[in-house]
Amino acid sequence: MVIDCKHVWDYISGYLDDTLSAEVKELVQEHLEHCEICSAILDSTRNILILTADERTFELPLGFSERLHARLSEEIEGIEPAPSKSD
Amino acid sequence: MIEGETIREEEQLIASILGGNSQEFHALIRPYERTVYVMALTLVKNEADAEDIAQEAFLKAFRNLKNFRAESKFSTWLISITLNEARSRLRRKSAVPMESLDEPADEQGHVSPAVLVDWREIPSEAVERLEVRQLLQQAVEDIPLIYRETFVLRDIEELSVNETAAALGISVASVKVRLHRARMMLQKRLAPQLKQMSPKRRWLPWL
Repeated sequence: MVIDCKHVWDYISGYLDDTLSAEVKELVQEHLEHCEICSAILDSTRNILILTADERTFELPLGFSERLHARLSEEIEGIEPAPSKSD
Repeated sequence: MIEGETIREEEQLIASILGGNSQEFHALIRPYERTVYVMALTLVKNEADAEDIAQEAFLKAFRNLKNFRAESKFSTWLISITLNEARSRLRRKSAVPMESLDEPADEQGHVSPAVLVDWREIPSEAVERLEVRQLLQQAVEDIPLIYRETFVLRDIEELSVNETAAALGISVASVKVRLHRARMMLQKRLAPQLKQMSPKRRWLPWL
């Protein structure tokens, strides 16, 4: 069985996560071997996911950590293990 | 197993904090500062709000630590708290048109990727360029919220499919569908932009 490009596109995400059934995976692989377009779509998607997940893409604001721990210290020192329920 | 060790260390820290050594909460959350902030930022798309949400999430985690159940990971629990904080912030911001959490009308529809040939690998170092970071940030922020939540949990926070489903209260099948759409939306938008940037401007000094 041969599948066309549009069907392969539906499987890109599953292919990247390796969650496709063995049968589908093989069909997709066969298609990718001789389809430049789908190979480029797969490669670019994988590449883009690496870039968006890169720690440098979304940065912490300057002083974030200091402000956070100062705020936590107020809380921690203010109420030691509070018996009352707080939300 | 590194992950197993981390979980055990965290369990010990949590027990100690609950036993009265509250100061150790600082150490417990240090590895998750970035995770929580980025989660909030990508959901509310505003740095000041994201910082507020992150602080609130950590404070809630401290106040409710006794309710933490060890059957889930601390990080997953923390992410759920952050998600809820961000969602309630989005609901409260009535001045800003709220993004719908309902399934968009075209839920059954497909997202077609950008068709291109000759993809040239963009190395990770490229994110050191501000213009590349901005492209990526904007593209993520422009994904509709319903897909963005799934994408952020799964691909940025790197939760498993099952953890993502649990945090969002949706099925594993829905996670997969939404994730696929989010990824295709990103590819559709970013692949042409990134491809266009690379050959003309020499912003890849190592090529």
